[in-house]
Amino acid sequence: MPIPADLKYTESHEWVRREADGTLTVGITEFAQEALGDMVFVELPEVGRSLGKGEACAVVESVKAASDVYAPVAGSVVAVNSALTEKPEMINTNAFEAWMFKLKPANAADLGALLDAAAYQANVDAQK
Amino acid sequence: MLKRTPLYDTHVAAGAKMVDFGGWEMPVNYGSQIEEHHAVRRHAGMFDVSHMRAVDIEGAAARAFLRHLIANDVDKLAPGKALYSCMLRPDGGVLDDLIVYWLGGDRYRAVVNAATAEKDLDWMHKVAHDDRYPVSILPRRELAMIAVQGPQARALLKEVLEGLDGDAAAVIDGLKPFTAKMVDEFFIARTGYTGEDGCEVVLPADEVADLWRRLHAVSVEQCGLGARDTLRLEAGMNLYGQDMDETVTPLESGLAWTVDMKEPRDFIGRAALEKQQAAGGLRQLLGLKMTERGVLRAHQKVMTAEGEGEITSGTFSPTLGCSIALARVPAGIAVGDTVEVDLRGKPVSAQVVKFPFVRNGKALV
Repeated sequence: MPIPADLKYTESHEWVRREADGTLTVGITEFAQEALGDMVFVELPEVGRSLGKGEACAVVESVKAASDVYAPVAGSVVAVNSALTEKPEMINTNAFEAWMFKLKPANAADLGALLDAAAYQANVDAQK
Repeated sequence: MLKRTPLYDTHVAAGAKMVDFGGWEMPVNYGSQIEEHHAVRRHAGMFDVSHMRAVDIEGAAARAFLRHLIANDVDKLAPGKALYSCMLRPDGGVLDDLIVYWLGGDRYRAVVNAATAEKDLDWMHKVAHDDRYPVSILPRRELAMIAVQGPQARALLKEVLEGLDGDAAAVIDGLKPFTAKMVDEFFIARTGYTGEDGCEVVLPADEVADLWRRLHAVSVEQCGLGARDTLRLEAGMNLYGQDMDETVTPLESGLAWTVDMKEPRDFIGRAALEKQQAAGGLRQLLGLKMTERGVLRAHQKVMTAEGEGEITSGTFSPTLGCSIALARVPAGIAVGDTVEVDLRGKPVSAQVVKFPFVRNGKALV
């Protein structure tokens, strides 16, 4: 699956989409879901929680392993995709659609420090 | 360089995700390991187990050699029957677990684990030499192996083999659980590692890709090591290197039933086991079931009323829809007790349960 060009990425395999209202939608990448395999549990952060950049705030757990999901930038949680709690396999089906939480960034300019698709692709290639 | 089985190209062409398993490049799944798991419980699935090693042990001393070499007693066997056993060090530590088939007369076939195969062969040769058993020990590296497992496994295997060999169908019909028979170059055993009915077929390497393709064509699902692990754990079967190894004895690994001390037979490790038994206070391997969210994993600490224990294998059980584990816990802990597991820094309760957890498609806990 190609890496969508319109998203931003982290080295810890989160994808980030900037919405029209300035909030950031976060999920895990296809590479991450492929590495973890069949998802069985997802733990999401509480709405309203304030996060530092790189703070562990969610967990995805597959048959194989549990993995933390990190806040790509500092901000506060404004929404979570609670449908994932019931159907964690949605992440396996389409990782770039199965968003986990939305952040209101503390500083909108922080988004610029994230990886673009080409840089993330290079990061993934280096791990293969 | 990782070793590859004769089915390597078949796995890659099927889109399998390949991983390093004990030095072998093996398929972990072909898509969803949970779907592969369900296929075996509900219909039929097949596994490439060609990385495991068949070792033929032959000669007039073969029987006496095996009675000395392994902890279970081959004298229980009738021709064609299979026996599960541990092979022990003198101090009682488990070198490997294996299945021995009596082929008849002076001929036996052992099937040993992939990662331990070379160590096992060295040990067998050393014991045969040092303790003077003139036997031939022949690793059959030219053979491949497929496990076909599930409620429909035998019917589908029969359908496929009928076209290849008229006798095979009758053999599969007549095969009792835990027995095996040779049909021309095919060694067909009614054994497995999933808790379902099925067969393991040992055959020449150059014929295995064709059999795999024919089985797939009649709806036998391709399954990887991921599903193999969740299936064997639900079935309450030990995995060497995880649930037992050289540092523990079978008595502390839920495998006392495989150690035969009824007769005064001199098998390697016996004295150590007798000493351990006399000392008492043995740790025990028990099942755990956890209904909270999260998955029990190997090496997590288990806190019990009698002291600390450790999970040896843990996973999410697709059949039960919750997490299960095997754990080595202190003496005095019993089925029905509640223990606490350190789950990524968070203490979580788990129930001590009997295993197998699942057998023939049915939940038992």
